Amino acid sequence: MTQLTTPAVTGGRSRDGIAERLARDLRDGYVVNLGVGIPLLIPQYIPAGIEVILHAENGVLGLGPPAPPGQEDPDLTDAGKQPATLIAGAAIVDSAMSFAIVRGGHLDITVLGALQVSASGDLANWYVPGRNPAVGGAMDLVAGAREVWAVMEHVDRGGQPKIVERCTFPLTGRKVVTRVYTDLAVFHIVAGRLRLTECAPGVGPQAVRERTAAPYIEDLDTDN
Amino acid sequence: MIDKFSPDPATALAVIPSGSCLAVGGFGSSGRPDTLLDVLCDLDRRDLHVIVNNVGSDFTGIGRLLAEGRIRRLTASFPVLPEFYDEYFAGRVELELIPQGTLAERLRAGGAGIAAFYTPSAAGTMLADGTFPLGYDADGKVTARMPARERREFGGREHVLEFGIVADFALVKAHVADRRGNLRFRLSARNFNPPAAMSGRHTFAEVEHLVGIGELQPDDVHLPGVFVDEVLLAAAVSPRQPATPRGSS
Repeated sequence: MTQLTTPAVTGGRSRDGIAERLARDLRDGYVVNLGVGIPLLIPQYIPAGIEVILHAENGVLGLGPPAPPGQEDPDLTDAGKQPATLIAGAAIVDSAMSFAIVRGGHLDITVLGALQVSASGDLANWYVPGRNPAVGGAMDLVAGAREVWAVMEHVDRGGQPKIVERCTFPLTGRKVVTRVYTDLAVFHIVAGRLRLTECAPGVGPQAVRERTAAPYIEDLDTDN
Repeated sequence: MIDKFSPDPATALAVIPSGSCLAVGGFGSSGRPDTLLDVLCDLDRRDLHVIVNNVGSDFTGIGRLLAEGRIRRLTASFPVLPEFYDEYFAGRVELELIPQGTLAERLRAGGAGIAAFYTPSAAGTMLADGTFPLGYDADGKVTARMPARERREFGGREHVLEFGIVADFALVKAHVADRRGNLRFRLSARNFNPPAAMSGRHTFAEVEHLVGIGELQPDDVHLPGVFVDEVLLAAAVSPRQPATPRGSS
């Protein structure tokens, strides 16, 4: 990996902006699992008229907004163990059935935060060596969902690219990511090839190129 | 007449010896059998292999077992409690880290007579390649690693072989039970309880309400009593005094 001294880019999307951009790509009827971090910002940006069923690993299909203060029920939480609510028509299953839904290909999308994504779609998001290891459902989600959309800042806090030729952090899954949404751009990974499909408002292709440590095809004409 | 209700948890759980392998239901504190876990501590059981999705965020439930130094090995997907890792890196407890869906299916499979199954989860990762540290010694040196999984391709995708889990005992929590051991859960407190109950050779269910035979309708039973050996009542108020982790003042 080359050491970059590129200055911080002006423009680009905020965390909420990334969530809002991704929410526009959700289709009516999708069943979606959202990871922690930026993915949890997505529900508030789902466009009107688009019905999305949210799945939580602990056995909820049809997760609603967080429970308001005073209305928490210890028997109803989301996968982050926060007090939750259900939408009308929700269903509850046990953990084995919950992951039958995941591995069986019944989730349309899982949206996950990422430490690194490789050009071929490898994902690293569960473990930073030297810190406390915990995996949760991440490896099942990436193995089973029809598509894996990664959301993250384009570079890490030290300015290092997070889209890389090969992941250096331990993998969550190989060749699983199909899209990457960052503050600077949107990438699609099709047949193992990374394609830049969109730059964020105010961000030029050159700024993206300088902050991406993997080869990719510029495919900015397509209507994504 | 079948009557699985046990009025006294301390007498019922006395059959669990130190050194046992226990499957425990719950997701954090939601649906976790805290009354049974407290009894286990009060009985001074030690050297336990605990299979549970996560430790939780405090020193109640599984956290109390940990704080009192009763766990030899934890099989889990998401331990999270920082003090757990202190024990792990200091060589006082082993960690078998398993993807959450694999863990649920291993418990279900063990209870369903499935010796092993292939899953794509964890294929190509350090949770399947034999490198993840199972335990450390007091100097922080790795003493054992989780075994590498057998691999096989199906439809061009790599899968790994995972074994069903049959636990010596299972401890689960339900909302309602009848005296035949039929269980009904409430909302997301169901979580790991059915697969954990299935995996136990002998399963204890802590319940909030005990109802008469016939009051729980057949279509309303989430887990039939064949998977449950004893039904115990949850303590009216589960003791939740925070314990002090071993090794700290």
